[in-house]
Amino acid sequence: MQNRSADFKRQVTIKLADTRLQQALSRLQSRFVEGRTAVISEIHDLQETRDAAAMIRDRALDNLDHWLLHFEAQATRRGAVVHWAETAEDVNRIVAGIAELHGVKTATKSKSMVSEECGLNEALEHAGVKVVETDLGEYILQQAHEAPSHIVAPVVHKNKEEISDLFEKIHQLPRKTGIAELCREAREILRPAFLSADMGISGANFLIAETGSALIVTNEGNGRLVTTLPRVHVAITGIEKVVPTLEDVATLLRLLPRSATGQSITNYVSLLTGTKGEGDPEGPEHFHIVLLDNGRSSLLGGPMQEMLRCIRCGACMNHCPVYQNIGGHAYGWVYPGPMGSILTPLLGGMENAPDLPNASTLCGACSVVCPVKIPLPDLLRNLREKQLVLGMKPRQETALLGIWAWLALHPRLYALATGFIVRFMKLLGGREGLLHKLPGASGWSDGRDFPAPQGRTFRELYRQRKHP
Amino acid sequence: MRIGLFVTCLVDSIRPGIGFAAIELLEAAGCEVVVPEQQTCCGQPGYNSGDSKMARALALKFLAEFESFDYIVLPSGSCAGMIRVHYPELFKDDPEQLTRFIALGTRTFELTDFLHRIAKPEKMPGTFKGRLTYHDSCSGLRELDVYEQPRALLAGMPGVTLNEMVESTTCCGFGGTFSVKYGELSTRMADNKCRHIVDTHAGTIAGGDLGCLLNIEGRLRRNGDHATRVLHIAEILAGKDM
Repeated sequence: MQNRSADFKRQVTIKLADTRLQQALSRLQSRFVEGRTAVISEIHDLQETRDAAAMIRDRALDNLDHWLLHFEAQATRRGAVVHWAETAEDVNRIVAGIAELHGVKTATKSKSMVSEECGLNEALEHAGVKVVETDLGEYILQQAHEAPSHIVAPVVHKNKEEISDLFEKIHQLPRKTGIAELCREAREILRPAFLSADMGISGANFLIAETGSALIVTNEGNGRLVTTLPRVHVAITGIEKVVPTLEDVATLLRLLPRSATGQSITNYVSLLTGTKGEGDPEGPEHFHIVLLDNGRSSLLGGPMQEMLRCIRCGACMNHCPVYQNIGGHAYGWVYPGPMGSILTPLLGGMENAPDLPNASTLCGACSVVCPVKIPLPDLLRNLREKQLVLGMKPRQETALLGIWAWLALHPRLYALATGFIVRFMKLLGGREGLLHKLPGASGWSDGRDFPAPQGRTFRELYRQRKHP
Repeated sequence: MRIGLFVTCLVDSIRPGIGFAAIELLEAAGCEVVVPEQQTCCGQPGYNSGDSKMARALALKFLAEFESFDYIVLPSGSCAGMIRVHYPELFKDDPEQLTRFIALGTRTFELTDFLHRIAKPEKMPGTFKGRLTYHDSCSGLRELDVYEQPRALLAGMPGVTLNEMVESTTCCGFGGTFSVKYGELSTRMADNKCRHIVDTHAGTIAGGDLGCLLNIEGRLRRNGDHATRVLHIAEILAGKDM
């Protein structure tokens, strides 16, 4: 997917003014924030479980090569074929090759953010394969030619009326307005696609090294149809998704649905192991697993490795006051919110996402809810440090902060400077005690007054009090 | 108890009264309060902008000025968080300094945290009468677990009625340089906060961090609200709210 993160600031203006979007985003609070709060307390040892989950992810990441090879061996033993893709283009080439090998004309697809990362649908269409998204949200977006704005709830930016309009136009059927009716209509349209597809494409929430299985958590049942009905199944995911054992997954599954959608468990948890065996009533004849690197391995062993713990629950964006106000599209690439503000510059190049590490108040709401305890604000700060080293910071900002720090290290001059500034600002504040304009800081004063200083600094007043 | 008070750069320049309120509260609780006169800034603006070198220099300055006190108290959760949580991170590769910064951090407290958990004064000097609502600033809340402390202190003031706002723990949009660099976004976040404040009909909003309070007051005034009072918790507890 094309990276438009450099356009962040302009997008913020657009999104803040989009009343329909704002209305749609207001549902995040009730649906996801309150949803999570309601069920997360079911885990009585929540902090210990989060610690355990972080350790499970770290254990896999610390020896990622080992666990990946172990996974490959086990998956291969059970009839799957594991493909290694260094780049997004490699994924597209590999999957198009699989389609050609098996004479695939149509493919159904369940939700996969890694495939969004690769722009797989376009690549397959280009190779002559018809791709049908079957996750309801993704299906809607495919019809609307839009990208997901959330990693779990891709269509959270749209309201019901927009979807009614879209379905009426695309399906050429009488307009439906109820959610159940809209779902039924989509289901009826999708049913023939499920039954006739040559290939099913899915993601994988986890890869289990000890059994060579791919695990997906879904709610709509489309995941099962996509992974078991067609004769070919392709699962695409990132190399970091591997965990050593089934027991590890059990721990992670206590946290993932609760953090993501406020469910104790998702409607479906599918453990996909190997190809259809003799006497098996269902399952694919061919099972391909495509594992994407796309810059992930470069984070191993470095200060950003903790980001690879991410299990894509979306809790960080649901709780992020920035995401809550602008939605996911403003971030410009596949992954929005706090996790996206870190992954986008790391995977897509620092220079292509200059705003993302900075567009956060570092309020910490994300790290408090992260099920695998990724210190997201620390990682954002670390990226800011990298930007400074790379000379990406605006000159005015570094100059001002430099002067500030120099003064702060020279208390006498600091006292003189602040003494002068507070008098000047008090004067500007007038009788009202408010500054309506801040030269050089219009970002503040375009929307806010600045309460004027009292006119003398604390240190002056304190000294006066001590030595009257 | 010998307390080193760090008033913070914002209080020093903009609302010195908060510093004097803090002194009064600590003295009323029986503490000996010293205000080292060379103090300036804790280094947080540089640190959050990615300049760790600058932050380390200011951290060492802070250490030299405050290491000798029994406790270090600040009328700000975000500066106290800087010292307690982030100074040690800045020196994680320097074992000798790290030990000193960890020791410093364990003796460093946000004002209401210190009053409630350590000093435990019998009563507050303040005489505030009426309703107020409380905004929980992010760093104090999430880095130092400051939530109950200000509420407990307010509960000890017979004239105070606390009207809790919706989402009191959601960021007000200040975020230091964020408020200038992403002004539009920051203003929207402040707007949401102001709406929740006004909805309580409390008439007074209190908080523990001047940065957030300036942001909130700035947006209230720009929106034409000159009635809602914006006060630091120290001013209310000390009776400096007039």
